[in-house]
Amino acid sequence: MANLLEVQQATKKFGNFTALQDVSIQVPKGSIFGLLGPNGAGKTTLIRIINQITLPDKGSVYLDNELLKPQHIKDIGYLPEERGLYKSMKVGEQALYLAQLKGLSKNEAKERLKYWFDKFEISHWWNKKIQELSKGMAQKVQFIVTVLHKPKLLIFDEPFSGFDPINANVIKDEILQLRDEGATVIFSTHRMESVEELCDHIALINKSKKILEGKVTDIKRAYKTNAFEVGLLTENNIDLYNTLQDRFNVTAADFKTIDNQLKIKITLDHNTSSNELLQYLSDKGQIMRFNEVIPGINEIFIKTITEHE
Amino acid sequence: MSNLKLIIKREFIARVRNKTFVVMTFLGPLMMVGMISLITWLATLNNDEIRKVALYDKTGSFSTDFKDSNDIDYIDYSHLTLNDAKDSVVIKKLDGLLYIPKKSTNSELEKSIQFYADEAPNISLLNRIEEIIASKLTNQNFKEKGFDLDLIENSKAKVNILIENFSGEKTSKMSSYIKMIFGGVAGYFLMMFIIVYGNMVMRSVIEEKSNRIIEIIISSVKPLQLMMGKILGTSFAGILQFLIWGILGGVLLIVASSVFGIDPQPVGIDQSLILQEDGQQEIQLILQDIMKLPLGVLVLSFFIYFVGGYFLYSSIYAAIGAAVDSETDSQQFMLPIILPLMLGIYVGFFSVIDNPHGTVSTVFSMIPLTSPIVMLMRIPFGVSWWEVLISMLLLIGSIIFITWLAGKIYRVGILMYGKKPTYKELFRWMKY
Repeated sequence: MANLLEVQQATKKFGNFTALQDVSIQVPKGSIFGLLGPNGAGKTTLIRIINQITLPDKGSVYLDNELLKPQHIKDIGYLPEERGLYKSMKVGEQALYLAQLKGLSKNEAKERLKYWFDKFEISHWWNKKIQELSKGMAQKVQFIVTVLHKPKLLIFDEPFSGFDPINANVIKDEILQLRDEGATVIFSTHRMESVEELCDHIALINKSKKILEGKVTDIKRAYKTNAFEVGLLTENNIDLYNTLQDRFNVTAADFKTIDNQLKIKITLDHNTSSNELLQYLSDKGQIMRFNEVIPGINEIFIKTITEHE
Repeated sequence: MSNLKLIIKREFIARVRNKTFVVMTFLGPLMMVGMISLITWLATLNNDEIRKVALYDKTGSFSTDFKDSNDIDYIDYSHLTLNDAKDSVVIKKLDGLLYIPKKSTNSELEKSIQFYADEAPNISLLNRIEEIIASKLTNQNFKEKGFDLDLIENSKAKVNILIENFSGEKTSKMSSYIKMIFGGVAGYFLMMFIIVYGNMVMRSVIEEKSNRIIEIIISSVKPLQLMMGKILGTSFAGILQFLIWGILGGVLLIVASSVFGIDPQPVGIDQSLILQEDGQQEIQLILQDIMKLPLGVLVLSFFIYFVGGYFLYSSIYAAIGAAVDSETDSQQFMLPIILPLMLGIYVGFFSVIDNPHGTVSTVFSMIPLTSPIVMLMRIPFGVSWWEVLISMLLLIGSIIFITWLAGKIYRVGILMYGKKPTYKELFRWMKY
């Protein structure tokens, strides 16, 4: 798959502080790309470089195989983490203003704003000032402004902060729909469950360096340990546990059940297949649960970061 | 529409719609005219009060000289004893008692005239009384020594030096006043404009920063573009405000003067200078002087220095606005703005007026931060074109340099939150 965005060896220093060190990422067209990392890792700097807010000291950025130039600004929609609107300006006016700054004509902007305002059922806000709206309401306006000019690349930095669960869901669905309509999305957040849910690619940045990048499925495959979670109904849990321990690498597992199961995690070596394990277990008790342990992004995140410390 | 135009338009509308702006635009002239009217009215109030002075003249020769005028009444108490006269003055609450004793010679009399009063008497009143007595005594002295008073009066010469330059053009003595007023008004106007609208630029930057809209905007436009748009938009609002002030103030002043009968003449000019015997000719010369001022050059250089000075300072204001989180934090960075402005005004009002082509005036009309004000004040006095050229080139050069530096601080500062930067940090930002 072709990449919509490629960052090559980007380095940015602020005085003696290195914000980014030789960071390269490839964002495939049509993907939802999770940009992850602890606070202060350099995500925002990278995002600002992509938005041409900050210039990198070294390295280059390609959008759709073209070296990033000022005219690409209209191809990118950016919802920053630190976001707000003019307090004393009317909602409609400033949405128009921001849309025009992105190169839309006034009429075009009006038309598209009408569509989105109707969609979010907020048309009656048009003549209100932002200071009369709640934070979540203002966020909706900001979201609209970000996507209004139909950019190829959308960058959302913590898009769900400030939204209640219902509106967060509305926004999530909109993001997915935009992706389906052909947009590529870069998504930076600390909320791992939304990464898990949305992202198909991720990059992990820690202390100014990229430490992991790839397709979510590939990464999970690489991080899985060939472990299986097993839940068994047996006559005697402790007996079986001891027997199993002689043959396999067994540890206790913890998951919720309604009856008294033996809950274990068995990590297989490469010579044993899951079928063999299943066969072996089948006459030891009633198998209630048998599933491969796939590491969550949260787990991978914590593990990779601690490994690099 | 280009982004710069959009920004200028937004800034302009945001400034003009601001409530304080609207109120000040229309209330400003009203307050100013109100103040002028109040002051003039108060002054006339004071003059209406008629002073009553008791006259105790033992010589008996002055009574005809002290005639009641529209603000002083003289009451003759010479028929009483001195103590009775004093008592009556106190009882009747008169303003004072003038005691002229009888002396054998005028030179003795000169030193023995006394004025009794509870409160220290008004200086102008005393001056007038002294003048009356002095002229009376002088005339008496002349007579005693056998001079003919009419001859003396006829022999008095009145000198009015006519000023003419070497190419034969006549000027009035008012010429340097006129130049001073032209320069002073222009310089002062520029300073006020810079302070008022520079501050507005700064506030608008701080507003964007504290609203957190800044990052949304600079993902669409270049920070320098935003800064320029802000400066331009605000200055257009400023020019509009000044125009309204000028027109409204003028109209109100005319209305006020016709309603209250207040003389709208500027107070600073000594009217006696204009309305001399050859007043007619003098006024003509003044008009000639004004016409002779290189008006074209004046207007052009005013425009250049005005724009240049405003740009120079407002980009510093913008950088300060970007560096801080709130207006209160901006105070620590105000010195580099206020100091050169004040210096410019002081050099202008003291050095330039005293010696427009002296070293101090010349140097300060070259230094970019003070040159807009000082040079504007010097130009009416005639500055050679190459001096103006050097000063302008220096100004333009430093505008480019300062805007560039300010742009760098601005670019970094608008994305910095939470900490109060120091000068050292600002310096470091310039290198990012």
